[in-house]
Amino acid sequence: MKPDPTTPSPGWFDRPGTHKTLWRFLYLACGISVVAECYVHREQHFSIDGFFGFYAVLGFIACAVSILVAKVLGYILKKPENYYGDLPEEEPADLDPARHDRA
Amino acid sequence: MTVPDLPPSLLLSAGAFLVPLLRGTARNVYLVLLPLAALGLVALLPETTPGAGFSVQLLGGFEKLQMLRVDKLSRAFGIIFTLNAAAAFLFAFHVKKAAQHTAALVYIGSALGVVFSGDLITFYLFWEMMAIASAFIILSRDTERARRSAFRYFLVHVFGGLLLLAGIAMTITRTGSTAFAAYDWHSADAGTWLMLLGILVNAAAPPVSAWLSDSYPEASVTGGLILSAYTTKTSVYALLRGFEHWEPLIWIGCAMTIYGIIFALLENDMRRILAYSIINQVGFMVCAAGIGGAMAVNVSVAQAFGHIIYKSLLWMSAGAVLYRTGLSKCTDLGGLYRTMPMTLILGTIGAMAISAVPLTSGFTSKTMIVAAAEHRHLLWPWLILEIASAGVFLHAGIKFPYFVFFAKDSGLRPPEAPRTMLAAMGVLAFLCIYLGIHPEPLYHLLPYPVEYQAYTAAKLVTQSQLLIFSALVFFLFLKLLKRTPTIVLDTDWFYRKGAPLLTRALDSTLNGINRLAYRTLAQGLTSKLSAFFSDGPARLVGALATPLLLLRGLRGEALEAGRADLQQRSRNSAFPIGFLACIAVLMLAALVLVFHK
Repeated sequence: MKPDPTTPSPGWFDRPGTHKTLWRFLYLACGISVVAECYVHREQHFSIDGFFGFYAVLGFIACAVSILVAKVLGYILKKPENYYGDLPEEEPADLDPARHDRA
Repeated sequence: MTVPDLPPSLLLSAGAFLVPLLRGTARNVYLVLLPLAALGLVALLPETTPGAGFSVQLLGGFEKLQMLRVDKLSRAFGIIFTLNAAAAFLFAFHVKKAAQHTAALVYIGSALGVVFSGDLITFYLFWEMMAIASAFIILSRDTERARRSAFRYFLVHVFGGLLLLAGIAMTITRTGSTAFAAYDWHSADAGTWLMLLGILVNAAAPPVSAWLSDSYPEASVTGGLILSAYTTKTSVYALLRGFEHWEPLIWIGCAMTIYGIIFALLENDMRRILAYSIINQVGFMVCAAGIGGAMAVNVSVAQAFGHIIYKSLLWMSAGAVLYRTGLSKCTDLGGLYRTMPMTLILGTIGAMAISAVPLTSGFTSKTMIVAAAEHRHLLWPWLILEIASAGVFLHAGIKFPYFVFFAKDSGLRPPEAPRTMLAAMGVLAFLCIYLGIHPEPLYHLLPYPVEYQAYTAAKLVTQSQLLIFSALVFFLFLKLLKRTPTIVLDTDWFYRKGAPLLTRALDSTLNGINRLAYRTLAQGLTSKLSAFFSDGPARLVGALATPLLLLRGLRGEALEAGRADLQQRSRNSAFPIGFLACIAVLMLAALVLVFHK
């Protein structure tokens, strides 16, 4: 399927400014979730989870490390799609039969 | 109301064979109604006392097969299995092939058979039936990729099934009983270990985990959806039934959660991302089974229940995209929010639920698992589960919807998913939110009374922090997550590359020995022996005859010619009769001399 030249305007997500607004919302949400901790009483279960904003830090570090580990592993584990040999392109019967007409 | 004492597994498995007789809408309606009938049956079946349920005598002289053990644990799994089946068949309204539906019904029926089995033999028989039927579901996509994948899938499950069978045989021999009871970790022996290993193969525990991400994404749009719910969850059921409190399960479960995340982050194919996400989610359940105790068993069941709903919803949204576009790689997709907004919204509800966002079913079950680890003061498992909870949001909660529906504009403008698909997704999305707000009906189904309050201010704040900061990391690190048209090597590499390597190694060693033997023995030694036996006597004759020829006065070329003539005659055994007679006389004379006393 080729890009549709008749599309009049980019979708709302691709309009200039949308990304900026979404980023602002994200930062705002981060701020609110941390500030909200001042107003709740949180039980401490372990020696490490006592400090303020523990879950925010945990979420940040956990995801950052996961992404970096995946990135490094990617150098070893990512292979071209025909790594296990080429197979003929087939047309599975379970797909929308009309999809080629839209191309 | 009384219901017949009938195993739900039989209802579905026997009902499967009516499918080819029906056509068109009648078949589709039948396919939705049959699991709903099974759901009613599961809900209404009275609890059985051990050994009292429906049983059949399969072989004379053996114990009867106990096919119906109804208690809270089996009922909870039975309800979600049948409920999910009804939604899946509604989604599969467009599928014309009867074969896939038949295989799916037998598969789901076998999964129910495992869950309601009252003894080890019945358990094993349904376990293997499930493996066979599921291989047929993969095969029914009818592509070369699917056929190869189904072949690998089947071999791995045969391996797991043999481990299980060996374990069952040893356990029955040791205990003298076929009962599938809880096994004590502290008196674990080889039999129970083998059973556990066999069950863990189906749970997709590493290192025997790659079968899942290798096969489910090769199945058809609805095949992958149906497969995603049952095999791993019957495993969780078996772990809860027999292996609660087994400490290694805590660590195996933790490893599964992290492994699922890392590999899902590496993947490009949306259905593979969801496949790795299953391993991550089952990790939570396996870990809870290992922690053990009323609370952990409850959360494991609750997690399985909620997981089947939101994971099916995610597979459905991915399936709808695949159905409309024929594509499943993130590098090919993107920007579909324009034309498939309903699929996006419903899929996102599933993505929020799997990430345990407040007001979804994931929140009311997953925070309970973390609480169970807290409750037992297991620092490392708790920390790993928290990290994994953040990672779930990263790969399934954001990565999947973002790269499929947003990211770049792929230029694809597929129409919205068919109405039956949207209806099926709508039902599951409703359940995700309903159970997130009113978890009481689910809590009521759990094996033990629940004393858990999901919605406390502290939990809401901590979970929000965890998730929002995970989202922040995703978008900050978006460049590192750029999709590439690649596959990821997993442990299936060992048999997918290892098997051809083994064939080549056997080829070069065994055929090498063959060639060597041919060269040295057949060609070398035989021809040398042959030359020795034909040339040796000729040369001997030549040497012996030389003095005679010299006596006859032959010299130089004439001597050589005379000797060559004799040698040729010797090779051809063509001496003049007189010459032979002369040699015979000489030989006899020699014998007389030797043996004369």
